[in-house]
Amino acid sequence: MAESIKIKKGLDIKLKGKAAETKSDALQSQFFSMRPDDFHGMTPKVAVKEGDAVKVGSVLFYDKANPDLKVVSPCSGTVEAVNRGERRKVLDIRLKSDGKFESVPFEKAQPSQLSSADVKKLLLESGFFAFINQRPFDVVANPNDAPKAIFISGFDSAPLAPSYDYVFDYTQCKDELQLGIDALAKLTTGKVYVSIHKDSAARAFKELKGVVITEFEGPHPAGNVGVQINHISPINKGEVVWTISPYDVVAIGSAFKKGTIDFSRLIALVGSSVSKPSYYKTYPGAEIASVVKGQVSEENVRYISGNPLTGRQVSKDGFIGAFAHQITVIPEGNKNNELLGWIMPRLNKFSTSHSYFSWLLGSKKEYVADTNLNGGERAFIMSGEYDAVFPMDILPEFLVKAIMDKDIDKMEQLGIYEVAPEDFALCEYVCTSKIETQRIVREGLDYLRKELA
Amino acid sequence: MKALRNFLDKVKPNFEEGGKLSAFRSVFDGFETFLFVPNTVSKSGTHIHDTIDSKRVMSFVVIALIPALLFGMYNVGYQNYLVAGTLDQASFMEVFFYGFLAVLPKIIVSYVVGLGIEFTVAQWKHEEIQEGFLVSGMLIPLIVPIECPLWIIAVATAFAVIFAKEIFGGTGYNIFNVALITRAFLFFAYPTKMSGDSVWIAKESIFGLGNDLANGTVDGFTGATALGQVATGSTTTVTDALGNPVGLNDMIVGLMPGSIGETSVIAIMIGAVILLVSGVANWRTMISVFVGGALTAFLFNAIGSETNQVWNLDWMEHLCVGGFCFGAVFMATDPVTSPRTNCGKYIFGFLIGVVAIIIRCMNPGYPEGMMLAILLMNLFAALIDHCFVQRNINKRLSRLNNK
Repeated sequence: MAESIKIKKGLDIKLKGKAAETKSDALQSQFFSMRPDDFHGMTPKVAVKEGDAVKVGSVLFYDKANPDLKVVSPCSGTVEAVNRGERRKVLDIRLKSDGKFESVPFEKAQPSQLSSADVKKLLLESGFFAFINQRPFDVVANPNDAPKAIFISGFDSAPLAPSYDYVFDYTQCKDELQLGIDALAKLTTGKVYVSIHKDSAARAFKELKGVVITEFEGPHPAGNVGVQINHISPINKGEVVWTISPYDVVAIGSAFKKGTIDFSRLIALVGSSVSKPSYYKTYPGAEIASVVKGQVSEENVRYISGNPLTGRQVSKDGFIGAFAHQITVIPEGNKNNELLGWIMPRLNKFSTSHSYFSWLLGSKKEYVADTNLNGGERAFIMSGEYDAVFPMDILPEFLVKAIMDKDIDKMEQLGIYEVAPEDFALCEYVCTSKIETQRIVREGLDYLRKELA
Repeated sequence: MKALRNFLDKVKPNFEEGGKLSAFRSVFDGFETFLFVPNTVSKSGTHIHDTIDSKRVMSFVVIALIPALLFGMYNVGYQNYLVAGTLDQASFMEVFFYGFLAVLPKIIVSYVVGLGIEFTVAQWKHEEIQEGFLVSGMLIPLIVPIECPLWIIAVATAFAVIFAKEIFGGTGYNIFNVALITRAFLFFAYPTKMSGDSVWIAKESIFGLGNDLANGTVDGFTGATALGQVATGSTTTVTDALGNPVGLNDMIVGLMPGSIGETSVIAIMIGAVILLVSGVANWRTMISVFVGGALTAFLFNAIGSETNQVWNLDWMEHLCVGGFCFGAVFMATDPVTSPRTNCGKYIFGFLIGVVAIIIRCMNPGYPEGMMLAILLMNLFAALIDHCFVQRNINKRLSRLNNK
């Protein structure tokens, strides 16, 4: 019987535009883009030049500090451009797809019968390793570390997130998931933890072997892997854990099974501005337009690669991020001109505050949220807001203040090694003072990593 | 609405850097964001935000203060007519309107002085105008005696806004409650205008309304507050301004001499309900203040005293007289000057209640303890937090050591 953990704090933001459980292929994406910025913590050294032919799995760039750590191409074709910004920073590597998705060969094997070193080498060579994240610091994992455990969240509780029960269909990815887990188990001396939702029907996760399964229930951020780690086996100073999304576990497993590399995945197109939200089979780095294709009629909208709390804003002709599992399209709030909005009832807008009446309208009602800040940025005024949506044994407001002070001792003492910016997304959402907590935490983690290096 | 928006867009360039009226940029910006929710969108982090903002929070506190304010106005008129003996002939509207006219200048002075300073500082620091003073500016007139001269209020407000708030960095950074610093300044700098028998009842007629009490036509009234009477008297019996004894019910209704907003428990409780239901004030602090006060008053009452009648007040009476309720509901719950941790709020509130009653009972020269109790605990808020933060830190340390 799996251990069961109930999360009490948190918040489910009910938004309009949830994906219907139907899937189709996205249009052929002509161009692909891989951004080094998606792989936080890597200093990219570009391995290709304009005009080079690439296959799925060809190395595009590698980490300067750790040349074994590579990011590979998700498609086959040619390198269109290496786009650089200020001070020659690599913005993205643009690829032109030939539409064939030919792959470099991968060793077909049973990972459980390989040695740890072989598995690690295979994952590094094929670029899968770059999809493993580490805590502390929430950066791409360092292959030289020995993590105390590997954590995988088997559900996504973010607003409008894809349903893993639907995406990881038992008949289609049971073997792949198990093979991926077997490979990951070789990378740690500790255990592999998989968390599932209490009401989840996902047999693909429930029947996994060689993992510790923990059941979670409660509102978002129960599905955040950081929250799960904090409840299962919190990170102490000096410890390292790795996290990876089941999307990438399946990709690893399928490589071992088929002997080819395939990054294709089922992502959700969601949001109140999408006419028919549903699931699409596509690739990391593919064009947003290949998925959205005429489903958005409004002009003044924001495209988000990822969910509305932690995703990244992209332009209409932008690309899907390497770690994004959903594309969200919501209205921009830059032309509202709302008269005296701060004192109006605002019945059609969601708020956690009881000074609005959305709490009386029931938890079933779905809301349209735009990108307006709904107020000006202020100093901390209200207290206890963050605590109500932060289900970890950490004092979020004090940690954020320690980061603002750049007080390294306090950050350590207050548990910065356990958190990632995404854990603060709800704090940022509910904040009366509109403080950019995720940015502050990101900067704090980067600062600490640099200071301790 | 559209016309208004267009007008604002048209005049806006004048107020921007280099424009003719750029000296009033912060004022324009303040009014613009007051009229229209700014069209700023999220740049980093979450793409969606809750609809709550500090304007909403502050205006809810002001809304919660309105019952106490309206009752206070009526009570000012009531006391004046009662003492003059003309209460029977005056209509309700006459009584209220007299009080309204007596209180209004205080509100105007408080807001003009306070907001003037805030606007200037915002302009100087190139910041948006912060809403904190919306609440302080309403609290200040409610915690002074009706006879407190306007110029003194102006001086005290300016002192508090500058030295209790702006030098610390503005709204959100102050250590002490701004409105209470105003009152403390008044109390220690101009004690004769803030206490005694003669400041609690309005004495002059305004525009023909009300009665002139100053010219000796009326005498033989006691204008002391309930606490003042008990502290100097030989029994716990409290009388109204004409010398008739009053009971607990009258204290709850609040038609008694006292600071403008503090007398009616009922009006304050309406405000408390608004604050608690909307979640603007923290229930932990509020409840703890009452628990702390009731327990301490009960203890003093159980011990009893021959010489000091304040000890002999019933705990219910202690909570209903003076500024206890008003302080507990509107002052102690100020989130900026309270502890930030939830556990800390229990201790903070409880100690405010305890200290307020101790000051009342142990300090014969000073009948009201709420103001000093809250200011004292404001000082300790950070220390209380520190203890709970340290507990969290120690827990993490012991986890590491027991690995």
